[in-house]
Amino acid sequence: MGFKEIEHTADWELKVWANDISTLFEQAALGMYSLAGSRLKLKPRISRTIELQNIDKESLLVDFLSELLYFTEVEEIGFDTFELQFDENTLIATLYGAPVDTISKDIKAVTYHNLEILEEADGLEVSIVFDV
Amino acid sequence: MMVQIRDIKRISDYEWEIPKTYRADMKVPVRLFATREILEAIAEDRSLEQAVNSATLPGLVGHVAVMPDMHQGYGFPIGGVAATRYPDGVISPGGIGYDINCGVRLLGSKIKVAEVSDQIGDLSTALDQNCPSGVGTKGHVRVSIEELDQVCRLGSRWALKKGFATDKDLLRTEENGQLKGADPTQVSKRAKERGRSQIGTLGAGNHFIEVDVIDRIFDSKAAQAMGLEEGNLAVQIHCGSRGFGHQICSDYVKELQGAIRRYKINLPDRELVCAPLNSPEGKSYLGAMRCAANYAFCNRQVLAYYARKAFEEVLAGRVKNWNLFQVYDIAHNMGKIEKHEINDKIVEVCVHRKGATRAFGPGFMGLPPEYRSIGQPVLVPGSMGTASWVLVGTEESMRRSFGSTCHGAGRTMSRKKAKKTVWGEDLRDKLQSEGIHVRAGSMAGLAEEAPQAYKDVDAVVEVVSGAGIAKKVARLVPVAVVKG
Repeated sequence: MGFKEIEHTADWELKVWANDISTLFEQAALGMYSLAGSRLKLKPRISRTIELQNIDKESLLVDFLSELLYFTEVEEIGFDTFELQFDENTLIATLYGAPVDTISKDIKAVTYHNLEILEEADGLEVSIVFDV
Repeated sequence: MMVQIRDIKRISDYEWEIPKTYRADMKVPVRLFATREILEAIAEDRSLEQAVNSATLPGLVGHVAVMPDMHQGYGFPIGGVAATRYPDGVISPGGIGYDINCGVRLLGSKIKVAEVSDQIGDLSTALDQNCPSGVGTKGHVRVSIEELDQVCRLGSRWALKKGFATDKDLLRTEENGQLKGADPTQVSKRAKERGRSQIGTLGAGNHFIEVDVIDRIFDSKAAQAMGLEEGNLAVQIHCGSRGFGHQICSDYVKELQGAIRRYKINLPDRELVCAPLNSPEGKSYLGAMRCAANYAFCNRQVLAYYARKAFEEVLAGRVKNWNLFQVYDIAHNMGKIEKHEINDKIVEVCVHRKGATRAFGPGFMGLPPEYRSIGQPVLVPGSMGTASWVLVGTEESMRRSFGSTCHGAGRTMSRKKAKKTVWGEDLRDKLQSEGIHVRAGSMAGLAEEAPQAYKDVDAVVEVVSGAGIAKKVARLVPVAVVKG
């Protein structure tokens, strides 16, 4: 499992891979926070639970990451631990984190550009393009 | 499959075509405004493929036009112009972009740079202090949800009512800073929550405020109409609709994922999702998109107010006239219902401009009287530390590019590579040694915007001027840059 930034002329593209869907979503979140240069305060610890529904896993991934961006911008909180439960195209996520200490980049949005969760021999893989 | 240079037909030194026959799903050809050299550079990333993808939208008319500052985006390429038939063609939020009505405002002055050369550093600091920038920054103006609905409907007119604008500012703004048909009931609570605290903020990324000097005048009649004189200071403000617009675009890209199934639209990329302009989904997006457009006009207007305040703080008593007057304000990410001549017929279309500027020619009645004979001013900011341009639209741009032209220099190097190649601190020092004052919130952010990561803006302007889709008026060079 993991994530890495790949070349994109104007925006940011993140390649993410994992053995299962929950870890893939978690790595995508950690990758996005890493691109944004987001660092959390040690305390107070905070948790939030969200429920998302959409037409497929790709759309759920966009929704999930967009939720995290919203929390960053409006509530100024970020997360480092995730409990994710999938039921078909519903995701119930319990998020654990803390207030944002510093953040260096502004991510405008998570795009659907060429978004496809691929099933490779050694697990799942997806590339996500962020508008920055 | 990557588009190869051999697939592209040469029309002239500055115009090329990917014919409709290139791929079976294309509805119209793609017309590229570029030199061969620029085209070869563009062919290295996926922007040509993205241009071909955007030529598959239902209801397209004429051709998809692509500007010389084109580069890879997501869905549509940056620098793309696509017109769809109104009202049964489609509207695509991705063809307008997340930063709805990202645009540029130019303020002119009667201040000679020689008079204030010792105050440029203080001006940079004052601009930085008065105009909030950076990630997650809140503005001086915070509004209730009800007040925000007024901003959505009134745009720059809201700023006028609140004392942030003059009548002349509005007259010299695209659509007078207020797009009709904005419908705040189509905007999510979440977008409004994000928008409440960000009026009058610059944001981060490639957005900036720059103090420039008018370096050279190319068209004295047009320059005179705009009040531009060699050696005078000018201020450029580049930003958009902030989190408010980003959320509106995200909401509708999500919602339309289902709509394309309902309307049986097949697309090569999900980011191109769209809906017919006359469908409930299409109308709803158009109403919401216009709210973000008005928010952005208002945002740049409030920033202009604070830029004037900064100039007053530093220059009052030192120079006779420290006023910054509006030259023009123009969008480069926008969808507009306009009338254009296609095959000798006047047709109503929705023009998507993503990283392209409207460039209407002389005689356009939407311009203030002093600009009607010269054509609409076009503002083309260069990359950081390099020149910027003031152009005007032409009759030729009406015929060949739906009254559109380029919007900037256009990236050539990825952010990842730029960060590896350039250190923000080194770049700041280099710009300072060239006499350009820099105030930046993030050194890594500064490195990503290094001029090496962009095309040469002068070469981009040569293409649009050579092709006749814009005319040179003035070249500006920077003396101070403020960014998040």
